[in-house]
Amino acid sequence: MREESLKLRPYLDEVGVMIGLEIHVQLNKLNTKIFCGCPLDYHDDGPNTHTCPVCLGLPGSLPVINRKAVEYSIKVGLALGCSIEEHTQFYRKNYYYPDLPKGFQITQYDYPIASKGYINIEGEDGEVRIRINRAHMEEDPGRLLHEGGSIERSKYTLIDYNRSGVALLEIVTEPDIRSPKEARRFLDKLRNILEYLDVVDTTLEGSMRVDANISLSGGSRSEVKNISSHKGAERALLFEIVRQKNLLRRGGKVVQETRHFDEARGVTVSLRTKEEAHDYRYFPEADLVPLKVADLAPGIAKTLPELPDARRQRFISQYGVTDDHAKSLTSEKQVADFYEQVATEVDPKLAAVWIADVLKGELNYRNLGIDAFAGANMVQLVKLLAWDKITEQSGVEVIRTILDEGGTPDDVVAAKGLLKAGGDLVTAAVEEAITENPQAVEDYRSGKQEAVNFLMGQVMKKTKGRADAKEVREMIIQRV
Amino acid sequence: MITVSQTLENVRDSSAKEVVSQCIERIEASKFNTFITVAKESAPEAAKKSKNIKGSLAGVPIAIKDNISTKGIRTTCASGILGGYVPPYDAHVIERLKEAGAVIVGKVNMDEFAMGTSTETSHYGPTLNPWDIKRVPGGSSGGSAATVAAGEVPLALGSDTGGSVRCPASFCGVVGLKPTYGVISRYGLISYANSLEQIGPIASNVADMTHLFNVVAGHDPRDSTSVPGEKDYTNALVDDVEGLTIGVPKEYFGEGIDQAVEKSVRDSVHRLEDLGASWQEVEMPHTKYALAAYYVIAMSEASSNLARFDGMRYGLRLEKDHDWHTTYSEIRSQGFGEEVKRRILLGTYALSAGYMDKYYLKALKVRTLIKQDFERALKSTDVLIAPTMPTPAFKLGEKISDPLTLYMADVNTVPVNLSGVPSVSLPCGFSNGLPIGLQIMGKHFDEETIIRTAYTFEQNTEFHTKAPEVA
Ligand SMILES: [Zn+2]
Repeated sequence: MREESLKLRPYLDEVGVMIGLEIHVQLNKLNTKIFCGCPLDYHDDGPNTHTCPVCLGLPGSLPVINRKAVEYSIKVGLALGCSIEEHTQFYRKNYYYPDLPKGFQITQYDYPIASKGYINIEGEDGEVRIRINRAHMEEDPGRLLHEGGSIERSKYTLIDYNRSGVALLEIVTEPDIRSPKEARRFLDKLRNILEYLDVVDTTLEGSMRVDANISLSGGSRSEVKNISSHKGAERALLFEIVRQKNLLRRGGKVVQETRHFDEARGVTVSLRTKEEAHDYRYFPEADLVPLKVADLAPGIAKTLPELPDARRQRFISQYGVTDDHAKSLTSEKQVADFYEQVATEVDPKLAAVWIADVLKGELNYRNLGIDAFAGANMVQLVKLLAWDKITEQSGVEVIRTILDEGGTPDDVVAAKGLLKAGGDLVTAAVEEAITENPQAVEDYRSGKQEAVNFLMGQVMKKTKGRADAKEVREMIIQRV
Repeated sequence: MITVSQTLENVRDSSAKEVVSQCIERIEASKFNTFITVAKESAPEAAKKSKNIKGSLAGVPIAIKDNISTKGIRTTCASGILGGYVPPYDAHVIERLKEAGAVIVGKVNMDEFAMGTSTETSHYGPTLNPWDIKRVPGGSSGGSAATVAAGEVPLALGSDTGGSVRCPASFCGVVGLKPTYGVISRYGLISYANSLEQIGPIASNVADMTHLFNVVAGHDPRDSTSVPGEKDYTNALVDDVEGLTIGVPKEYFGEGIDQAVEKSVRDSVHRLEDLGASWQEVEMPHTKYALAAYYVIAMSEASSNLARFDGMRYGLRLEKDHDWHTTYSEIRSQGFGEEVKRRILLGTYALSAGYMDKYYLKALKVRTLIKQDFERALKSTDVLIAPTMPTPAFKLGEKISDPLTLYMADVNTVPVNLSGVPSVSLPCGFSNGLPIGLQIMGKHFDEETIIRTAYTFEQNTEFHTKAPEVA
């Protein structure tokens, strides 16, 4: 990241949008919850099956810190360029809600485990740095199920404490984000880093939950809660910008308040204003003794995997791919792993083109992940292309067919007869096309360039598209 | 009163089942309202099983304060809000007792959620002092001390947040220990003020108290504040104080102290001097701030610790459900007693934005100063000796309507909890037939020295041989 781009960046753009995000990340790759030994593999089991006196908050139970959760949090902190606190210190955040079985949440307040880091993203005006204020550890509350839909309309509410006590890392950014699109890019980048660190399975529901603070032109900010997807974050923020702009245009005033994002309707609704804000009465949690972690950080730093930005640079230098390809290939860990597997066996630049420009698009279109396409198939396909056995057009068709119907490139090429037609066949077809269409030949000779296209179309028809278009064009021009 | 050695003998001569059933008969005939729940079904079962247990307390009945979780036995904290709550798990100390073969005969009365000095705030009515039924047994572990004093059981567990073991031990003429913070696991102890409290053993004499302490003390990974290591505290049962230096803090003999109490305590120091110890006056200048700091910290912690009692998963349930906020406040309005509500409100206030610096954070600073007082005083001395309570047991109803006067009674016990040091109370005299308690405080994790001092005093005096006439 170039420091100067930060300085060049206007503090506020013309709309004056300032967005800060708070992301609750579930450290769901741990074996157990943050303060008890309950296992985390509850997703396929019934409600309240993964609980104990501690995560049910039964009278007399006490929390014990999960050291692995501390290590994971340090790992994330280091990957975000944060400095790590010397000791863990937990606080009680006091509020009453039925999903909170103790009547308080154990969280961090002063002395968060990690603070002052950053993530670089592709901003509206080049690469920008989004500063991380802090990352702090806390416990997840239980899950409420409002029978009959919304909290207002339900007759009763069921509580599932399986989620109660799952380790969360809350990552809080500075208000450095300038647009909903940047917010989405930030979230995608963060998810990518977390996947590289192997601390979160981001495919599980609720593994990354977002609250967003947004203000316009230095006015009061609203906080939007309950955003469950990155796309949702972009939509909620867009809605908020429009709402706040309209409010200001009509001479109204934006008040500091908490709003709820209704994903189904795509709108935000007011929950409470500043006057109604909670006083959480934070005070130190005496049941957890401070754990010295300053000594842990250097060891954990050594185990950090190569992160997306570093891998992108390496792809450029090691495989000679373009920066755009390197960025696209490293934006998801699985794609980058897939690419490297293919690149060791075939021409890495050609592989980059076919994975970044073609395969990713086809996967996106079908809403599929990279695991829908076998690495061996990509190796075979790139070889066919490199050896000039099939045309690029056929290459795309091979990918589409495999994704839609299965099979291998060799199967598809054989079944569809996609092998490039040999020289004699093409020459014969060109010869035929010229003899059969004297008018077109005449037109070309008199200067009508498009007549060549007509002749090419005839040749393609005769060869069933297996001829190389460029070659055919040259042959026709030479012949007439 | 009954001793452990006597009880073990009775178990040998008859059977644990017989001993336990006689114990339950005594409890049911009690005139002092000592028990909230008698374990009439599980106790005989446990007595039968104890035959096969080699532990040091095999077949010995024990009473448990009703804020310690007992699997399968109702645990109420003497509060209406926990009516019918049966814990699905045992506290660490209960596991240890069962391993040692002790038989839990029931749950004893206390001030509601351990908030009190007289056992008068119990939802189940006050416990009476066996020495004089017009007087309080002290609190909050009033049931634990009274049942031992009345000779109903040989042993009991209490808990001490600001004197809750030592005060009733003093008022009932028995021996009670508040160990160093971290020595006994709090896992399963229902928190009132979690940074201050410890479970503590109560018995009719120092040796029995030490045997019980030995069983329940020790490391537990489920309590992060539990310290590692195991010790055999019975090694400290030595009749010898030769060379011991006693500190006598003058602030502990301040305004409001009963003359007879002061005399008994000073006589006790001289008795120990006769036995080979030396003594000196020490200064603990911040003692006067201890009460205020204690109550701010204890109430602040309580306001958070008691937030979980919402009647959703266990405890009191209302006939009719309303929305969440209404239900939550109605259950708590009905379930909690007046003193508990007072402390939750005051604690909530002390932690609120704008008041936190003035109260809670200031109290933490005082706490540090009190700790330093103890460190300084115990640098040149081995133990500190003072009255446990400034007076003998007061009358039922005498102070309950005036919380401030009642809080003042804790003036000599709360500094110990603020600093975390261990302290034992044992009988050292009588005033108009009411027992007087001697408080011996020691260095962090040096229970041995206070046990040795208490044991030597007891071996060379007669106070512990007196018992109230209960028949
Ligand atoms: Zn659990």
